[in-house]
Amino acid sequence: MNFLRKKLDEIKRPFQKGEKFEKFAPAVNAFDTFLFVPNHTTKTGSHIRDAVDLKRTMVTVIIALIPALIYGIYNTGYQHFSQLGGDFSFLDAFLHGAWKIVPMIVVSYVVGLSIEFAFAVYRGHEVNEGYLVTGLLIPMIMPVDIPLWMVAVSVAFAVLIAKEAFGGTGMNILNPALTARAFAFFAYPTYMSGNKVWVSEASSMDGVSGETILGTLAADGNVNYSMFEMFQGSIPGSIAETSTLWIIVGGIILIATGIGSWRIMLGSVLGAAFMGFLFNLWGSNALMSFSWMNHLVVGGFAFGVVFMATDPVSAAQTAKGKWIYGVLVGIFCIMIRVFNPAYPEGVMLAILLMNVFAPTIDHYVIQGNINKRKKRWASTLKSA
Amino acid sequence: MSTGIRTRRGAKINLKGGAEKILHIAVPSETYALKPDNFFGIVPRLMVKEGEKIAAGAPVFHAKHNPEILFVSPISGTIKEIRRGAKRKILEIVVDAQNGDTVTHEIKPINTLKREEVLETLLKSGAWAFFKQRPYGVVADPEADFKSVYISAYASGPLDVDFDFLLKNNKQDFQKGIAVLNQLLPGKVNLGVDANFKGFFENVEGVNLLSISGAHPAGNVSFQIQKNDPINVGEKVLEIRPEDVLNIGLLFSTGQYHAHRTIAVAGGSVGKPQYITAKIGAEISSLIKDCDIDNTIQNRFINGNVLSGATVASNGYLDFYNNLLTVIPEGNDYRLFGWLPFVDNKIPSLSKTSFSWLFKNKGYEVNTNLNGEERALVVTGEMEKVFPMDIYPMQLLKACMAGDIEKMEALGIYEVVPEDFGLIDYVNTSKIEAQEIIREGIELMIKEVG
Repeated sequence: MNFLRKKLDEIKRPFQKGEKFEKFAPAVNAFDTFLFVPNHTTKTGSHIRDAVDLKRTMVTVIIALIPALIYGIYNTGYQHFSQLGGDFSFLDAFLHGAWKIVPMIVVSYVVGLSIEFAFAVYRGHEVNEGYLVTGLLIPMIMPVDIPLWMVAVSVAFAVLIAKEAFGGTGMNILNPALTARAFAFFAYPTYMSGNKVWVSEASSMDGVSGETILGTLAADGNVNYSMFEMFQGSIPGSIAETSTLWIIVGGIILIATGIGSWRIMLGSVLGAAFMGFLFNLWGSNALMSFSWMNHLVVGGFAFGVVFMATDPVSAAQTAKGKWIYGVLVGIFCIMIRVFNPAYPEGVMLAILLMNVFAPTIDHYVIQGNINKRKKRWASTLKSA
Repeated sequence: MSTGIRTRRGAKINLKGGAEKILHIAVPSETYALKPDNFFGIVPRLMVKEGEKIAAGAPVFHAKHNPEILFVSPISGTIKEIRRGAKRKILEIVVDAQNGDTVTHEIKPINTLKREEVLETLLKSGAWAFFKQRPYGVVADPEADFKSVYISAYASGPLDVDFDFLLKNNKQDFQKGIAVLNQLLPGKVNLGVDANFKGFFENVEGVNLLSISGAHPAGNVSFQIQKNDPINVGEKVLEIRPEDVLNIGLLFSTGQYHAHRTIAVAGGSVGKPQYITAKIGAEISSLIKDCDIDNTIQNRFINGNVLSGATVASNGYLDFYNNLLTVIPEGNDYRLFGWLPFVDNKIPSLSKTSFSWLFKNKGYEVNTNLNGEERALVVTGEMEKVFPMDIYPMQLLKACMAGDIEKMEALGIYEVVPEDFGLIDYVNTSKIEAQEIIREGIELMIKEVG
């Protein structure tokens, strides 16, 4: 360890203050602090600090994402081979999926982190760890056959427009990963919807039946999957969104470590269940009469609620606000699913919509606190 | 009269090196120092010169804006040095302790005193400096109209002192101090005590007893005021530390200014953590002589607790408002992959990404490592968990950063002091200096609003 430390200090010498490459220090520091927690001590304020930092927080989210990612990789292969017919093993499916998905992750990280590093150097602050999560989320919510260059363009758009334009990590209004998906969705719709994009290499197959469940319902078709298949995730869909089971595992990790807000998750589930139930009572088309329980396990709902809606920067920040925000995400998700004929998935748009309204929700929650205080002031002024 | 106050927010951080409850007498300090920086909101005007003889209780400096507020010497001797910093700012006035006179004031029986007489004695003797005023925690303005006075005998911070142990041998004089406060603000004296252990405070007369249950910062006066009777715009509240109530009691029995300070020397680097009786402004080195400090490592000396105290050099002096000297190791070393979750569980963490709670009862060994680097504010909800007041801490911090006075006011800046944000400094993932931000916010308020 000492050898490594000495070597690193040697490498960092030209990047120190007053030296030749001082400007590029954030880039080197990012690698150094990835290996070592730095020797910085407290200068002002509290003399002792909690062991948690942003790196640990972000890495915990990545750990929570891994079960869904692994299942997503397997499911990519599973969908491909089961459409082809014939025998295949778990390993075949996994390798096929990895062959498709690993390059997407690499492209996402390379493009996104390059921009992040450039901005850190330009603005003279350290590299924020937020992109470690965003960079993994973006490929996980894309259809598997999307060309890599589209991934790259979406990532660049998300990081530049949704994040850096607002001032970087912590300042953005919209969730960057969802912005990337929304960008791809509106810029390249043929790659993002329809019945061919959800199965790997479907364009080279004949007679693919790879429509998502929500797509089938929107076309008033019959769903041929059991609720267990939907829950376990062996259905077509974006890479990592299909398995509610493994997403719940991730959700449990997030709640147990206190990183993800259980208020938002529970609020969304309650909101969606309520809305689904109402539509069940109405029941005028296939999507409306689709059982509210099934609504919770198909499409991107689970993934969106666990990993996207809980993004602390773009969600509501007050405890009360988180409840309201969560419930509304759930309600709007199901509403958009049912009423939007062009695209039967609502969670992406519901979360983006609520991202925009989160500051308003917080404003009213905080205004409540302010009003209480001002009322108190007024009552003492009157009695004086 | 007794009022119960309860909170479930906040946190107790159990550190190693709590002071053993035996009173030791400090080795006599050769020099003493007064530090104008201890008195927030005061610009000092010197009343002595270097080399001048000074009696115990004689004024050393007064407040520039109000010559009535005197700051007096805790002992008799000679002014040894006036240490100045940048722009000739006065840092310390060092007094060489020698035998000499003590200023004695004329004293009448307490129950015959009028409010004005009490005030005059407090001001003349220099004991007025014991009072701080809310909002802002500045040295109190003697002309202001105060709503009430608060004493917190519940020190809830890490390694903090037990005021019952500190004062129980001087019950009568403490009670006398309370009687003086009652002459100043009749029936408006509030005494906060730990609901789990009230000690002799339970039987103190002439106070509204606030029985506090909850972890730090429940012992802070801000919290107790807000739960009991919150400060409204334009209102002022006095605050005084328990040992200074005793000092005032002694002043009104003897006619002399008393500067007693019982100090707990505690922390991971202290071999024999103990209570020591000394005087305000004593040399740190005189206090730690028998405490067996581990000198093989680099230590940090802190006047106060690890959350809100001030760093002091090992050859420095005690602060004015302070009963605790914490000594912990510096943490200027690297930790390989220390940022991984569930790694380095010995570092106390309130986050559930660590198993450190398993070692809760053993007492943590802490150091001053930042355990990360400063980042943008990302995580939400963690500050609220350790902030028991009815205030949105993150929003108040942001208003302070933006310098938005109207918002700071609306969000409750009048009700807080920097110390209340000590745990927020500690817990926040982004390593934001919350106390510093609040201090700057308060300075802005004083400058702009007054």
